[in-house]
Parts: sequence; structure tokens; C-alpha cells
Amino acid sequence: MSKIHVTTTVNGDPVEFLADPRETLLDALRNHLDLTGTKEGCGTGDCGACSVTVDGTLVCSCLMLAAEANGKRVETIEGMAGEELHPLQRKFIEHAALQCGFCTPGILVAAKALLERNPDPTDTEIRYWLAGNLCRCTGYDKIIRAVQDAAAEMRGAA
Amino acid sequence: MARDDVKTGYKLIGTRPNRPDGLDKVTGRARYGADFSLPGMLHAAVVRSPHAHARIVKIDASKALALDGVKAVVTRADLPTGLTGEELNLQDNTLAGEKALYDGHAVAAVAATSALLAQDAARLIEVEYEVLPHVTDVDAAMAPGAPVIREGVADYSVPEGMNGNVARYMEFGHGDVDAGFAAADIVREQTYKTEATHQGYIEPHACVAQMGEDGRGEMWVCTQGHWYIRRMCASVLGIEAAGLRVTPSEIGGGFGGKTTIFMEPLPLALSKKAGGRPVKLVMSRSEVLRATGPTASASMDVKLGMKTDGTITAGQVFFRMQGGAFPGMSPIGEALPCAFACYDIPALKHEAVEVIANRPKAAAYRAPGSPMAAFAVESLVDEMCRELKLDPIAVRLKNGAKNGSKSSYGPVYNVIGLQETLEAAKAHPNYAIPLGPNQGRGVASGFWFNHGGETSVSLAVGEDGTATVMIGTPDIGGSRASIGLMVAECLGIPYEDVRVNVVETGALGVNEPTHGSRATFASGKAAVESARQAIAEMCRRAAADWGIDAEAVEWKDGAAHPAGPNAGKHPPMTIGEIGSKMGSTGGPISGHHEVTAGGYGASFGTHVVDVEVDPETGRTTVLRYLVVQDAGTAIHPAYVEGQYQGGAAQGIGWALNEEYVYGTDGRLQNPIFLDYRIPVASDLPMIDTVIVEVPNPGHPYGVRGVGETGITPPLPAIASAIAGATGARIRSLPCSPPKVLAAIKAKG
Repeated sequence: MSKIHVTTTVNGDPVEFLADPRETLLDALRNHLDLTGTKEGCGTGDCGACSVTVDGTLVCSCLMLAAEANGKRVETIEGMAGEELHPLQRKFIEHAALQCGFCTPGILVAAKALLERNPDPTDTEIRYWLAGNLCRCTGYDKIIRAVQDAAAEMRGAA
Repeated sequence: MARDDVKTGYKLIGTRPNRPDGLDKVTGRARYGADFSLPGMLHAAVVRSPHAHARIVKIDASKALALDGVKAVVTRADLPTGLTGEELNLQDNTLAGEKALYDGHAVAAVAATSALLAQDAARLIEVEYEVLPHVTDVDAAMAPGAPVIREGVADYSVPEGMNGNVARYMEFGHGDVDAGFAAADIVREQTYKTEATHQGYIEPHACVAQMGEDGRGEMWVCTQGHWYIRRMCASVLGIEAAGLRVTPSEIGGGFGGKTTIFMEPLPLALSKKAGGRPVKLVMSRSEVLRATGPTASASMDVKLGMKTDGTITAGQVFFRMQGGAFPGMSPIGEALPCAFACYDIPALKHEAVEVIANRPKAAAYRAPGSPMAAFAVESLVDEMCRELKLDPIAVRLKNGAKNGSKSSYGPVYNVIGLQETLEAAKAHPNYAIPLGPNQGRGVASGFWFNHGGETSVSLAVGEDGTATVMIGTPDIGGSRASIGLMVAECLGIPYEDVRVNVVETGALGVNEPTHGSRATFASGKAAVESARQAIAEMCRRAAADWGIDAEAVEWKDGAAHPAGPNAGKHPPMTIGEIGSKMGSTGGPISGHHEVTAGGYGASFGTHVVDVEVDPETGRTTVLRYLVVQDAGTAIHPAYVEGQYQGGAAQGIGWALNEEYVYGTDGRLQNPIFLDYRIPVASDLPMIDTVIVEVPNPGHPYGVRGVGETGITPPLPAIASAIAGATGARIRSLPCSPPKVLAAIKAKG
């Protein structure tokens, strides 16, 4: 099967790769671009561990073909911190909002997308926004608190 | 209570510093099982049985091997013969022998130059099956006339006349149960069932392995215990353990399910056949659910006698549990001792049978056996409390185990905290909140033995006065932070000056996995002993420098000090000064401790849950949830709370929603997360925690394991809360909306 030449932008960097038509964006990120921070937990869009944004839209990268990323702007967990951590990343550490940490990249990417749309969410809004991101370790309690604390800091209210 | 609001003699223990692996984990840098790659690496795929029970007539891999880029295929014929017992079970589960024993049982594996090519090749491997009659339900597997799925599994303990699927029988007890029941005012007997659930770690099993023709190799794998992986792979492949070096990756959850092997020997065998090229194998989610360790399903009879004042006079249980198609995996040996562990009852009788069925080989799942047993016993206790209009906490306080009680399974409890958890639950504001219409409250207690186990730890002092600790228990939930706190406390240096590394099999003696709630307890205990050795050596170095006896030197605040007036006047010598000179004062300074750790101290907890049930749909909403559990000493309270909250969430999932659903064809009907639905964020409330601290005398800082007890009480507590809300008692988990609705309607 002939490969497809894909040109795209990942975390601000121009990249290109050859994708098998069956490969997902997740496969491409992990296997062609060595960006293994984005995780595969299910491959069926149920767990959210592979969350990235494409042109600003939160997607499960396991449900998108790599070829569909052509010409798009992809943001992954690797692009979240600048010289300093994003407030969400810092608050997740401070609140012990991760245990095994496997779901953490996807949850951080999803939470960042939430706060960009809604800087002052209620607990319930956070819970429904993150309902597509499974965490088996924490029971979500400390995750919700960390997102609230980060949101407060980003609003300048902390 | 947690150290946050209590003054203790500790400087660091009880504080909540950032975990050392936090930065890697929030930036995507942490390397998990599937994140590792090697030059020249091949990718593997597994061919799995679509049948619950089938004879394997023929395997033809010729079409797969004819594809360019396909490098090796392995089947059972490639594995050594002559294994027995659990080693044979492990080999049988790695690759089916004469028969496939469950839907998803591995039959062959293939390695190719890409993952897609390996998957294509797997589809070209032709397997001819002769389908056989199957059985998947525990009670059906025991029934007369049920197909016997493997001959000769029954051990000496099984009474004559039982179905051939019964592999093991056990019984024990004490006192006169007949007299106990006769002395009761009411005697009640019920049957309870729990379905199999999966640990549900979000990271699928993954490894990269390499093995040469000399049978020596290396493996990088997500596991709770890399020495177990090494031993099991060596057994299954007939190689020497020392020839295999296993390095654990970061682990994306385990909960018991990553304490054993499922597919790890396959990439080793494929690598050897492919000329020693490394091979990566990553499971899909459906492979995880179909073919890796779910927990046992259970069918349980319970009988209890109670006086009208709540005194329990006698108890009796008969548990039937299936742990898949292999004997030894059903946790009857844990479930029975856990059944009445929270109580001090004068007469008890325990019986159980282990049954095999056409399901995947079960693995440990957080307090294996205890949640099922608690569902049965705690549900019936609650039913009788409601019948006699007694407060469920008062009844547990009256009958509960205390310091010095002889446990239901034999040993005498030393210092335990059950009563304290009950008192704290009773005093918590949640227990007094008035309930509205369609709302109910449930209470249950839970138990786990805790565990010590084989433990080997080393510590090395750095030239700059920092300390590196080498442990062999993979860190799943923050144990590096806890162990770092204990070592820093002991050495009297900042937490940031201690680095705790989880090291590979070549670097330490044998360590059991992170299981049984043992990592912070046992590796922590050995790390403290290692630090004490290093301190003793540092005191000797200071004494030599000062020209005094080592006994005249004491260690405090990270430095050697002359002890007492006769030691002379010397300024304190810090760990940094000692470390910087150690090359010229006698060489590197380290400590090492290895032990099969005892004194682990039993764990008890009490949960209170409020639910609301929608009478139109039967859907249950958890309104509020309280976990009270004894931690001994909470080293890092945030991660203790995390264990409580995570355990409760898993128990809530088991109680309300999770179950393995098998079709009449014996195939798993829900092998993806969409259909095997674990709790999501919008399903749960905040989970309130109270950390009770009854220090464990068996640990230098009083630690008890905290990982497992929390999954145990939610099953009965939620069923009891639903009974309170609806008047309908669900005795078969999960309490799914259709089941609850039917129970409400049946009640009329």
C-alpha cells in the first residue's frame, strides 16, 4: 500500500512524514515523530489518553487518520509547557492529581482546552468536560481540585 | 488524623511535597511500556482464539511467513515441554496447547518489520478448531452434567462427587455454629453474586524484549514486579533467570493485574527466532479485557445469627468462585479469611470451592477476594440491622475486632484501627446529613491483611551529601515520594536531597512486586534500615576523624555530632562533608538491607455512602462518599488519600456498573471501554477521606499498607444505600439501572 506524504505543524514545529493510509494521528505522533507523551489506552475513542488539539479542537488522536492532519495545526502534551510549566501542569503535581500518570497527558490537554473556552467552570462542568478522559487511579477528586485551582490562578484570582 | 493538623516529632513525615516523578508525568516525558523502542526493532501481533473452548486441530503459518518483512512465528510447539503445576499453567496461558480454553486465548504470535504488517500476518495464520462445549458461569460450571473443561484439575482437597471443574475445596472455623444460631433471636440466610470485573488500568500491557540464540536477553516492560516477570518468563521458555535482565518502565496502573505474565514470553521467543532482533508487543484494549486478569466471579451463601441488641452469635459462609480456566487463580484462600475479619464472633464456619470455567486466567485485583466476601457478609449484616432497626455503625462497634482479638482466620490482631475508623465515621458530618426522598445511606467496613514480602533495597551516599536509594518495587501511586520522605527523615536531610530509583533485576536481590499494599511499608522499612547503616558508617568516619569512639558520636539533623561531654568538642560533621571526603576515609558509603518483611499490620476501613435512586429508571447517583481508613502513619497524606479515593472509585464501579458479559457463545460481549464502562468523572462526587492513624508497631515510622482495603466496602455499602433508598435489596452485582428498576417493580 503506497504511503501518503503528510505535512503538518506539531507544537509549532513544521513536520512531515509518510503515513500508511491506515495509520492514525496517534500512530504518527508516537511512531513517526517520537512524541510518545500522547498515550493509547483503548484505540476506540473511549479513554481520552490520546487527547490532542487539531486546529484548536480537542480530539482523540486515535480516531483521526494521520493523513487527515495534513495542513493542520496539532498541539500535544509536549507543547504545553514553555520555559515554565503551564499552571495546570504545576497544579496537578501540587494537588497529587496523578498516581500512575498514564492518563495525565490527555487530561491536561483536555483541561487546557476547557479553560480556554470557559475560564471559570463549575465542578460539574469540569466533570462533564473530562467525562471522556478515563482515570482509574484517583477517583477524579484531586483532578477536579487541581483544575479549579489552576483556573483560579489563570483568572488571577489565586 | 493526618499530620497536617497534628504536631508530631517528625520534620518531613506527614508533609505533602511534590513527587519526584511528577515533572516527567505532566510533560509527557515519563516512559511507559509502549514508549520504549530499540534500533532494528520488530513488532509483534498475537493470534487469539475466537472460541471459548476448542481443540486446536492445525495451525498453518505458511501464508504469513511468505509475506516480505515477516520474520518469525511462534506457536506452542516452539516452547519447551515437561512443565508442571503453575509453571505449566503460565505456559498454557501464554500459548494454548491442545485446547483453547477461553475467548481470546493466545494461539500463535508473529513478528514483522511493522505493527501493521504483523497484524496483517496474524490474520493470515490459519487455525483449524474443533469447537467444544463451554461453560462460563460459576454455578453452571459446578452443576451436574456441566462440560468438564480440563481433566484432573481437582486437588486432594476436593470431596468426592463434585463436578470435575471444582479444583479446590477449603474449610475452617471455630466455635459451635449450631449453638450460636440457636442462641440468636433471628437467623437469616441469603445468596449473593458478584460478576468478574477488570482492574481496568489505562495502560495496556506492553514490552520490548530481545533474546539471542544463547537464551540470554533483556526486557523493558510495564509491570508491578520485574523479578516475577523474570522468573515466569524463564520458566515458560526454559531459560535461566540470571540470563534475563528485566527493566521496569513507568507503569500505567496495575491494581494486581500486572503481577504476572500474560504475553511477555512471546517477544522473547520471537526475538530468538528472528536472529536476536528486539521485538515490541503492545496489547490492544480488547486483548487486555479478553485475555488478561479479570478478577473472579463469585456466588456466595451467607448465614448469620443476631440477637435483637445486635450481638452476632454465629456466622457461616459457603463461597463458590471461578478464576478462569486455570486452577489456583480464584481467591478463595483470601476471600474466606476476609469474610469475617472485621468481626469478633464466637462461632464461625467457612467453606469455599474454587471452580474453573472458560474464562481468562484471573489475576490479583486490589484486595483479591475481599470485596466479594464483604459484599456477601456486610450486605447480610446490613439487612439484619435494618430488620432489627439497629444502627449499622453501632452493630459493628459492638461486634467489631479490637486489639488482641483472635481474628476470624486464626492469628491474634496486634494493634489495629477498626474501632477508630467506626468512631470517626460515626462522628463525621456526612453521617448526620438528613436524607431526602429516594435517597439512602449505606455503611460497610472492609479489611485487607497487608503484606511484607521479599524486599531488597540499597542506599548510596553521594559526594555532595545527597542520597540515592535503589528500590525494586515499581512506583504506581507515589511510593518514591513516600520512601524519599522516610529516608530524608532518617538521614536528617532535605527531601529534595534524596532520589529514589526503581532499578532493574540486575541491581538488587529478589523483590516481590508492588502488591499486597507492601511497597511503602516493605521497601520503606528496608530503605530506613539502609539509611541507618549508612548513618552508622558516617558516624564511624566522623569518630575516626575526631579520634574518638564511634559510640561517642550521634547522628542528628544530617550531621555527626559528638555525644556527651566526654566526646570532646568537635563541630558537627555534615553528610556533605563526610561524603566529599569518603574516597580518602575508607571508600564509598552505602547501606543495604534485605528481608522478608514481617510486622505489616492489618488494615481496616469504614465507608459511608449516600445515594439517590431514580424510581423511573433505576439509575443510582452517588451523592456523597466517605472513606475512613487506618493508615498507621500517613507518610505522604495526599497519596494516602489518593489510594482511598481510587479504591472507592473502583469499588463504586464494581457495585454499580462494571461486569464481564458473556454471550451464550462464550464470547466476551463488552471488550472495549465503551461497553465495559468504568466510572468517569461525571459519575462520581468528591470522595471525602479521613485518615485514621493507629501507628503500626511493625514499622519504624508506623506505616501500614493503604492500597487495597478501600475497594472492599463500596460493594456492600452501595447495595445497602440502594436498599435504604428503594426498599429493594440487590444481591447480585452490579446494581445496574435495569436490575434496580426490576427490583423496585417486584417490590410493588
